[in-house]
Amino acid sequence: MPGTNGAASTGKPAGGKRPSDSVPSATLIKWLRDMIMIREFENQCAQAYQQAKIGGFCHLYIGQEALAVGTINSLNPDDPIVTAYRDHGHALARGMSARACMAEMFGKTAGCAKGKGGSMHMFDKPNWNFGGHGIVGAQTPLGAGLAFAARYEWEVMKKGVDGGPGKKKVALSYLGDGALNQGALHEAMNLAGLWDIPVIFVVENNRYSMGTAIERGTTMAHDLPAKGRAYGIEALTIDGLDILNIYDHFKPLVDRCRETQRPAFVDLLTYRYQGHSMSDPQKYRAKDEVEMFKKRDSIALLEQHLLTERKAISEADVDKIVAECKAIAADSVQFAESTPAPSPEELYSDVYANPMANLSPTREYVEGEKNPLL
Amino acid sequence: MYIANTCPKPDFRKTLPSREGDRLLQFREALREAMTEEMRRDDRVFLMGEEVAYYNGAYKVSQGMLDEFGPKRIIDAPISENGFAGLAVGAAMYGLRPIIEFMSWSFSLVAADQILNNAPKMLYMSGGQWNMPIVFRGNDGAGGQLGSTHSWCVEGLYANVPGLKMAIPSNPYDAKGLLKSAIIDDDPVFFLESERMLADKAHVPAEEYYIPFGQARLAREGADCTLVSFGRPVNFCLDAAEELAKEGIDVDVLDMRTIRPLDKDSIIRSLKKTGRVVVVDQCWPFASVASEVITQVVEHAFDYLDHQPIRVNSDDVPTPYAKSLEAEYLPHKGKIIRAVKASLHRL
Repeated sequence: MPGTNGAASTGKPAGGKRPSDSVPSATLIKWLRDMIMIREFENQCAQAYQQAKIGGFCHLYIGQEALAVGTINSLNPDDPIVTAYRDHGHALARGMSARACMAEMFGKTAGCAKGKGGSMHMFDKPNWNFGGHGIVGAQTPLGAGLAFAARYEWEVMKKGVDGGPGKKKVALSYLGDGALNQGALHEAMNLAGLWDIPVIFVVENNRYSMGTAIERGTTMAHDLPAKGRAYGIEALTIDGLDILNIYDHFKPLVDRCRETQRPAFVDLLTYRYQGHSMSDPQKYRAKDEVEMFKKRDSIALLEQHLLTERKAISEADVDKIVAECKAIAADSVQFAESTPAPSPEELYSDVYANPMANLSPTREYVEGEKNPLL
Repeated sequence: MYIANTCPKPDFRKTLPSREGDRLLQFREALREAMTEEMRRDDRVFLMGEEVAYYNGAYKVSQGMLDEFGPKRIIDAPISENGFAGLAVGAAMYGLRPIIEFMSWSFSLVAADQILNNAPKMLYMSGGQWNMPIVFRGNDGAGGQLGSTHSWCVEGLYANVPGLKMAIPSNPYDAKGLLKSAIIDDDPVFFLESERMLADKAHVPAEEYYIPFGQARLAREGADCTLVSFGRPVNFCLDAAEELAKEGIDVDVLDMRTIRPLDKDSIIRSLKKTGRVVVVDQCWPFASVASEVITQVVEHAFDYLDHQPIRVNSDDVPTPYAKSLEAEYLPHKGKIIRAVKASLHRL
């Protein structure tokens, strides 16, 4: 992998069978499709943002697709995940519909958070996706909390919070490399190491926190696992562009954490092709660097594997998948445009789970109207 | 998919047990009784904070709870307020009901992102997917000469944020009933205690009772002026009322008990009788809870005012260390008496 920091876990183990070898081709085709879906969806986001149909901040996942798809497919469907603000990819990979995701960005009621969250807050309770979070690093203690609760469930309550049987789970807490420098992460890692919390801190190391190259903002950038080890946490670096490689190293780690109920820290090397957000002119990095990474594009890598090594699909199959994903992405935009915006009353819902009189002076004391919460 | 993180509610209209009796409990014991009763009832509830377990509580609030509930539910946290407050947010999203003890609310400032940005907003920004049944509790306000950084009254700052509830008890009886209501509430409750009151004793009924939020208590009756307060300064008000009575001035003392919700109806009812209102609030005057109370009075009951409302706050300076300065800094009895007399033109 070009320009990696330190020794990444990459390639086939000598002479051994790779865990990904036993993944059926149909599953790999599904992963390829998920990655293409994310890319086509993000292309539509970029367009809609430029047309000012999406407001606020919008951070695209193009280039990093293998990471979300590979790690999420190493989990059980009811293992909780939580991530930062570059969250469209995780939401789609975890099963959110393109329509709900796009409608959220368009600020519509049909969005996953009824248009109250926006691009940085893709929440999806049915799919155990505890959201995209806007403040850098703030989601990492949440990840520890999700794993703490999952462990508390089987260990203390001896049953699930839903009344079902509790079971051993693993939570993923994604973070960007910029969050490595936030105190919240270090407190969360200390708590996880101290209390045997089964959370995996997944660093999506795309080498830049906004415009700051990792070595300009982070100590030990050549050996990030040292940060995990400092908290007594198993830590490793994984080449995150090749989805098979992610699965080969991440899946066994997930299995270990589930069994031992211990935390882990993973430095996953990836790259974003677009700027930090839609408003980033990218003057801090060379165009050559971007081109170099594009030569090892994660979608192309899996496509090649399926075409030549597995001979599981044809070029025509790939074209068909791309066309289908393009259509779904375009449909999500059409849907988001045509679906209704929230009614003004929606402003006042979901503030409290147990509303009470005189809880909020909104409107009531200004205009003499009845508090709409009540 | 799991069920929403809710808790069955008692009948809040039920008459509360008598405040009279001889079961004298300290404020800290009342808090402990509330947590213990709720933890026996609901195994989703756990207590986490610094020194809550093996040390038996930095202020002995959780004394003995480790023995009953064990280290998996009474959890000693390292000094990482942002970390364990954030852990509570994640745990509540998953379906648990954490009680987070801040040794002092002054230390909650380093957890501001989690307690202000995440806990009160999660329900809203997720479009109603996750409510946040967390109680954050601990000592608020000046202790005994703790200096500027350890003497925070956070209510002025934090009450500004929609999505949270805030309870500030002034006595052991209310401490138990309000904390029980806080634990069964399905929203984040900021529960503000005072180190200075933890040894205060009063009758606390052994039975279970839940004090509804948003209902002030008329702690003393009088027709000349309305004193509005909450938390420790309620006791300053009662002392002041005692003195004022000797001079023939009788005041209503309203103990608000909760700030969000704020029982403005009780304030206005009293104001209609007295025509005068003095708000006593331990936080700084600028943009304080007192400011909000007075704003609401002016908005809703301007015509009943016979004198402009007066606020008595801590002085607008950092909290000093020297005993004499700290005593003068607080909204003490002398300041309250002066304010009431000013409102009656009897200075």
